[in-house]
Amino acid sequence: MSGAQTAAGADLVNRKLPPVAEIAVLSMALVIVGGIFMAAHLPAHPPLGFAEVLLVIAAVVLVTNVVLLARLRDFAWASFFLVVKWSLLAYLVIAGILEYIFVLDGTRGQILVVLTCMLAVFAVNVPMLLAFSVARYQPVP
Amino acid sequence: MTDVVSTPVPAGAAVPLAHAGPAGGPGPAQPFQIVPLAGLPIVGAALVGLVVAIAFNKLWGIDFFHVVSGGLWTGIDLFLGFIIGPIMGRMSIPARVEFSKRLMPKMLLLMPTLVICTLAAGWQLARHEGNLLMSSPNHGWVIASMVVVGVMAIVAIGLLEPANLAVLFELKKPVPNGALIGKLMKRFIYTAGVTGAMQVATLIIMTRLASS
Repeated sequence: MSGAQTAAGADLVNRKLPPVAEIAVLSMALVIVGGIFMAAHLPAHPPLGFAEVLLVIAAVVLVTNVVLLARLRDFAWASFFLVVKWSLLAYLVIAGILEYIFVLDGTRGQILVVLTCMLAVFAVNVPMLLAFSVARYQPVP
Repeated sequence: MTDVVSTPVPAGAAVPLAHAGPAGGPGPAQPFQIVPLAGLPIVGAALVGLVVAIAFNKLWGIDFFHVVSGGLWTGIDLFLGFIIGPIMGRMSIPARVEFSKRLMPKMLLLMPTLVICTLAAGWQLARHEGNLLMSSPNHGWVIASMVVVGVMAIVAIGLLEPANLAVLFELKKPVPNGALIGKLMKRFIYTAGVTGAMQVATLIIMTRLASS
């Protein structure tokens, strides 16, 4: 490895970026906790207040993360979008199967809406996390 | 296994490049696929089978998917984390790189497939057996399994899968950064204990559920 390549690699590893990955994990953890809380009550009617609060916080955190990400200038966006599009497809399939099960089991109304929104937050968070984790170490064109 | 959330990566998976540094970098990149396309039809077939099994809601079908996928998920996780990982840690860096290039892309397809099959079929199985009802004596065990899977999901999706993917992209570069790969792979070492404990807890919970 040449000196220039080593320096460039070290720059990529050490450069300061907003905590997108950490925030994505936080948002994902919130919907996982909310999902477990809901699932613990199904098929009976779960109390929605707690789950809705977690969902709203997770969604706000997700939007904040998107804004932080969108403000990045020197970033390998091509790598980001390459990863995000395929991982989004994969996680939409995963979320779709879980949604199918909830519908098949007769979950309806507000409970289904909350669960669907949680799955949506999950299915957006993970690809964003994966894509950011890859792109942050890619050279900026 | 009656789990609810997903963990797409081998939890304790390989620790192959943990000691790779700039001085002992992984060497020049050789062509490999980050996502092995040849495996996609197999994944597709498994998912179609899962949906069909759930749609028909027959005990054998959902039991099959849950037990087979869950057994493989737990077994592979523990085997990679506690058998293959330490072995790879003692291999030469070029050997670790070569092994990782072949192992990690396959894990990228295998583990998410096993996880979604385990969780989806597990949920239906719990419903079929009446274990989701609060009146069921097994309800507490089912919730415990959900919490265990939740912890594994956060570790695997939040820490390990991003590291796995970033390492694969790094290995694709003409001159991979050994220090970066080493830094990312340390996550597998740090989390192996947590994941191992969760998988052992899963085994205890599931055998308890199956024998009640």
